[in-house]
Amino acid sequence: MAALDKNSRILGIVLPILVGIVMLVMWEGSVRYWQVPKYLVPSPVLVAQTLVDQWSLLFDSLLVTLKVTFMAFFFAVVIGTLIAFAFAQSKLIEMSFFPYAVLLQVTPVVAIAPLIIIWVKQPTAALVVCATIVALFPIISNTILGLRSVNPGLLNLFRMNKATRLQELVRLRIPSAAPYFFGGLRISSGLALIGAVVAEFVAGTGGTSAGLAYQILQAGFQLDIPLLFAALFLITLTGVALFLLMVTLSRLALGDWHESELVPET
Amino acid sequence: MRMAQAVRAPDTNSAAGEPAAAARPPAIEVLGAEKIFSNGVRALAPIDLTVNQGEFVTLLGPSGCGKSTLLKMVANLIEPTSGGLMWWGRDYGHVGEDGKKLVFVFQDPTLMPWARVRGNVRLPLDLAGVPKSEGDARVDKALATVGLEKFDASYPRQLSGGMQMRASIARALVTEPNLLLMDEPFGALDEITRNKLDQDLLDLWFEKTLTVVFVTHSIYESVFLSTRVVVMAARPGRVLREVVIDEPYPRDDAFRVSQKFAAYARDLQVLLAEASVSGAAHD
Repeated sequence: MAALDKNSRILGIVLPILVGIVMLVMWEGSVRYWQVPKYLVPSPVLVAQTLVDQWSLLFDSLLVTLKVTFMAFFFAVVIGTLIAFAFAQSKLIEMSFFPYAVLLQVTPVVAIAPLIIIWVKQPTAALVVCATIVALFPIISNTILGLRSVNPGLLNLFRMNKATRLQELVRLRIPSAAPYFFGGLRISSGLALIGAVVAEFVAGTGGTSAGLAYQILQAGFQLDIPLLFAALFLITLTGVALFLLMVTLSRLALGDWHESELVPET
Repeated sequence: MRMAQAVRAPDTNSAAGEPAAAARPPAIEVLGAEKIFSNGVRALAPIDLTVNQGEFVTLLGPSGCGKSTLLKMVANLIEPTSGGLMWWGRDYGHVGEDGKKLVFVFQDPTLMPWARVRGNVRLPLDLAGVPKSEGDARVDKALATVGLEKFDASYPRQLSGGMQMRASIARALVTEPNLLLMDEPFGALDEITRNKLDQDLLDLWFEKTLTVVFVTHSIYESVFLSTRVVVMAARPGRVLREVVIDEPYPRDDAFRVSQKFAAYARDLQVLLAEASVSGAAHD
């Protein structure tokens, strides 16, 4: 059984890679066979070539996008957690402010980005504000849900042992909330990247930034489709890397005890 | 063990008889306590009940007879609508003074899934701010008492249902309580595990001069464990009859298969049937 388990794990890595290779080869083959012009669909080889040739340009842009993403993610986690704690402390606070958190969530960032860019002079700061707004909500809602999802029996146990509010928070509510919080992190990290890219699309037309979204815009204007694909590839790669990072963090934090991280025993 | 038996056996025997029971100081007095829930359901009619120190009292009854409600009242988890309770002759504010401690064992193990067994057992000491070295010694002792000393580093999910319940009991014992309140603690376990835990609990009660109030819906469990069985009826919840189980301790499997055991079980069976009928008459 153990061998089978190990095999399936290897297959889980090998099979997607095989599919990817087959699709790339078909793509390359089709583009060559039908002689598709590179300003419509560039071949994978050409995209790779562009990635190498334009590396210094793309890498600088990648760093800009990463910087915005990580700053936004950081602020979203800090602010979102603080708001969630405030909401969880008092039903009154939550009742008063939660509708506005929802308002923030449902307003499309594309619609408010121009306003923020006018209000916040510093370009990077403006992008960070936009991306933070996008990434904030999952942290708030998941953390609140977690802080509330306390086993009532355990809560009784704490109360019977005359636990203080602080003990209850640190020893009961925070550990109970951890799985929900990490679920929020996964969603939020992806949204921070999306927010960073979308905000730059809006702001980038003004020529103020040089992130990956800006490179995509410029490449689009110049019909440099291989460069566009290369930038797109880097954004996707960043998203996947962020997701894997969150999965790893979650596993490190919860792996010992939480059902979501347990490997079923065979 | 022999010594304890020699010292306590006559004592326990006399506790079963009415006059001697009155001579022992009461641990819990329920004085006309009544409970009506906010939805209008009358969970308990006014109840009078005294549990003396060193007794093992079970509350037996059909579901809905308010036995859990009564136990939670004794644990001060819910307040009576009218009437009152006394703990060691005083109000609840004095519980915890001069070592008079009570502890509640839930129906479920109620362990923190993120903490190892040791962390779970330690919890009451951590919350009370007991220093680490003293706490460790007490945790070791409690784990040894329930036979979990080899599993102190396991997570709850790695333990069987019976072992999780043992951890829960260890967490209760670590505070060195005088009074153990147990709400159908072994109800979810299979019969073999339950019998084993009943036996261990009884040995523990016998050795430690504990007072136990134990809620169950199992006739056999109540006969095997108790010095006294309080039979309750439903709608409204009330005490129907009290049955003294006149059998010396320590009890073992021989008692389970004895004529006497069967006779007590039969009596309680009749009473329970009566409890159900009288409950139905109130509908």
